[in-house]
Amino acid sequence: MIPERLYNGIIWLGLIAFGLLAYFIDEPYWLTLATRAMIFAIAGLGLNLVLGYGGMISFGHAAFFGIGGYAVGILATHAQTYDPIFAGFITLTGTQFMPYTWAIAVIAGGIGAALIGAISLRTQGAYFIMITLAFGQMFYYFAISWPAYGGEDGMSIYLRGGFPGANTLRPFDFFWVTFGVLTAVILLIRTLNASPFGLSLNAVRQTPERVETVGISPFRLRMTAFIISGMITALAGALFADLNKYVSPSMFSWTISGEIMIFVILGGVARLMGPVVGAIVFVTLEELLGGVSDHWHLYLGILLLLIVLFAKGGITGALTRKTQVQHG
Amino acid sequence: MTLLFIEQILNGVQLGVMLFLMAAGLTLVFGVMGLINLAHGSLYMVGAFAAAAVAASTGSFLLGVVASIVAAAVAGVLIEMLVIRRLYGRDHLDQVLATFALILIFSEGTRMVFGSFPLYLQIPPALAGPITLPGGIEYPLFRLTLIVIGLIVAFALYLLITKTRLGIQIQAGEEDREMISALGIDISKLYTFVFALGAALAGLSGALVGTLQSVEVGMGEPVLITAFVVIVIGGIGSIQGALIGAILVGLTQTLGAFLLPSLSITLFGSPDTGQVLSSMLIYILMALVLLFRPQGLMGVKT
Repeated sequence: MIPERLYNGIIWLGLIAFGLLAYFIDEPYWLTLATRAMIFAIAGLGLNLVLGYGGMISFGHAAFFGIGGYAVGILATHAQTYDPIFAGFITLTGTQFMPYTWAIAVIAGGIGAALIGAISLRTQGAYFIMITLAFGQMFYYFAISWPAYGGEDGMSIYLRGGFPGANTLRPFDFFWVTFGVLTAVILLIRTLNASPFGLSLNAVRQTPERVETVGISPFRLRMTAFIISGMITALAGALFADLNKYVSPSMFSWTISGEIMIFVILGGVARLMGPVVGAIVFVTLEELLGGVSDHWHLYLGILLLLIVLFAKGGITGALTRKTQVQHG
Repeated sequence: MTLLFIEQILNGVQLGVMLFLMAAGLTLVFGVMGLINLAHGSLYMVGAFAAAAVAASTGSFLLGVVASIVAAAVAGVLIEMLVIRRLYGRDHLDQVLATFALILIFSEGTRMVFGSFPLYLQIPPALAGPITLPGGIEYPLFRLTLIVIGLIVAFALYLLITKTRLGIQIQAGEEDREMISALGIDISKLYTFVFALGAALAGLSGALVGTLQSVEVGMGEPVLITAFVVIVIGGIGSIQGALIGAILVGLTQTLGAFLLPSLSITLFGSPDTGQVLSSMLIYILMALVLLFRPQGLMGVKT
C-alpha cells in the first residue's frame, strides 16, 4: 500500500522510462503499442470525469471517440484531394496540421456531447445508461449510412498528420506527441478536481439535493462535465485516427464504449491515474493473450466479471490507500 | 403503391412483435429485480444457435424452436444463479459491467463452439412461400406466422401477469420487494423464474428472427440496443409500454427505410439524405418522446 500521489508519479515516470527503453533497444512496435495504450488512457480519462467523479454511467462514449476520429479523417481527406470542405461566404479547406485537427475534433466532440447530454441528462440511473447506449448506436448507423465519407468502408488517411518539431511518422516522435497530450489531459483533470467545479461535481454525485439547496444547478454541472468529457474522448479519437491512419464506423461501435469503460474499471473508478493504468493493462493483456489465443475476449470477460464481483476499486484501489466511492 | 405500403406496415408490425419478445424480458427483469441486463442479447443469440444446431441435426424446424426456448431458459437460469443473483443489490454500474462481461464470455464461447461463420435456418416448407391476404396482398406466410406468434405470446404474457397467482406475485414484486418476501413468498425462486421467462422469450425471438436473417456471433447486441430504445419509449418496467413501444419502433424503422429514400430522391435527387435519416429515425423518435415524457409513454413518474 503506497500513497496515491507516489503511485501516480511512478506510473507517469514509468511511461517516460518505457519510451526511452523501447527507443534504445530499438523496438518501434513497443512504442506503437504504448502509444495505443496512452490514447485509450486519454479516452478513459474523459469517461472517468463523468463516470467516476460525476456518477453518470455513460455507455455511449464511442460516439465522441468516433466523432474525433471522423473529424481527423474528413479533414485529412479534403487536405489530400485539395477539395475544400465548404466553399461559400467562407472557404473551409482540409488540413493535416495536428493542432488544428485536434481543435476541430475537440469542438465537434463538445457539440456532440452537448446534443446527447441535453436529452440524456434529463434522465438518471438505468434510463441514462440505455439512452447513451442508444445514441452511441445512432452515430454508428449514421457513419455506416453516410456515403460521402466512406460509408461502411471508412476512410484511409494516407499520411499521418504533422506536428511542429516532430516527424510523426516515426513511432518515437508520435509516442512523445501523444505523451504530451496525455500529460496535459491528466493535469487538466487534476486541476478540475481541485477546483470549485470539481468539488461540486463530486457533491452532485453524492447528494444532488444538497447541492441544489445551496443554489447550484446539478443539471448544469453534469452538462459541463459531460461536454468536457466528450471533448477529451474526441481528442483521443483524433489521435487514434492518426495512429491507425484509418477511420471506420467501428470507432462508433458499442464495444468501444464498453472497452473505454473497462479501462476505467480495471484501473480504478474516480482515481486520477485509474484509466491510464487500466488502458496499459488492457493493451498488455490484449497483446499477450491475443498472441496466444484467438479467444482472449473470453479471458477478458472472466477477469472483468471477477473484478466487478470481488475487487471493486480496480488495480489502483488494491495498491493505494483511499476510501471507496459509491455510484448510482 | 398501396399494396406495397400495406406490406411494409405488416413488416413493421412483424419487426415490432419480435422486438416485443426481447423488450418484454428486459423490462420485466428491470421492473421486478431492478436489474439492467446487457446479456439479454446473448440469450437471443443462444436461442438462435440452439435452434440452428437442433434443426440441422434433426431436420425439424419445430424442434429447433423448442430447443431455442429451452436452451435460452437454461442459460438464463444458470447465469441468474451464478452471477445475476449477486447483482440485485448492487448499483447499476456493477450490473452493466458484469453483464457486459457475460456478453464477452457468451460471444467468445459461442465462437469457440460454432466458429465465426454464420449459420442459416431454413424456413420450414409448410410455412414457405407467400399467402394471399384479403384485398389481394401477397405476403410471406412465415412473416405472418411471426406476427401471430408474437401476438399470442403477448396475450399469454398478459394472462400470466394479470390472471395467475404467479403473475400477481410478480406485480407485487414490482411494487414492494420486502413486503412480498415478508409474506412468505420465496423471492429468490420468483426472481429465477422471471429471469428464465425473459430469457426464453429472447431465445424464441432469436430463433425466429435468425430464420429471416442469419445466425451469427454478435447478432444479439444491435437487437438489444433497439430493445432499450423500445423500453425507454414505452416506459421502463411496463409490459404494455414495451408492446406499444415495440410496434411504434417497428413501424417507424420499416416505414422510414421504405419512404424516406424515395422522398429524398424527389426532394434532393439522391436517396442518400433519406437513407441517413432513416437509419437515425428510431433514435430521433426516442429523443422526442423523452423531451415530452421523460418517463416514457406508459411509465409512471417517480
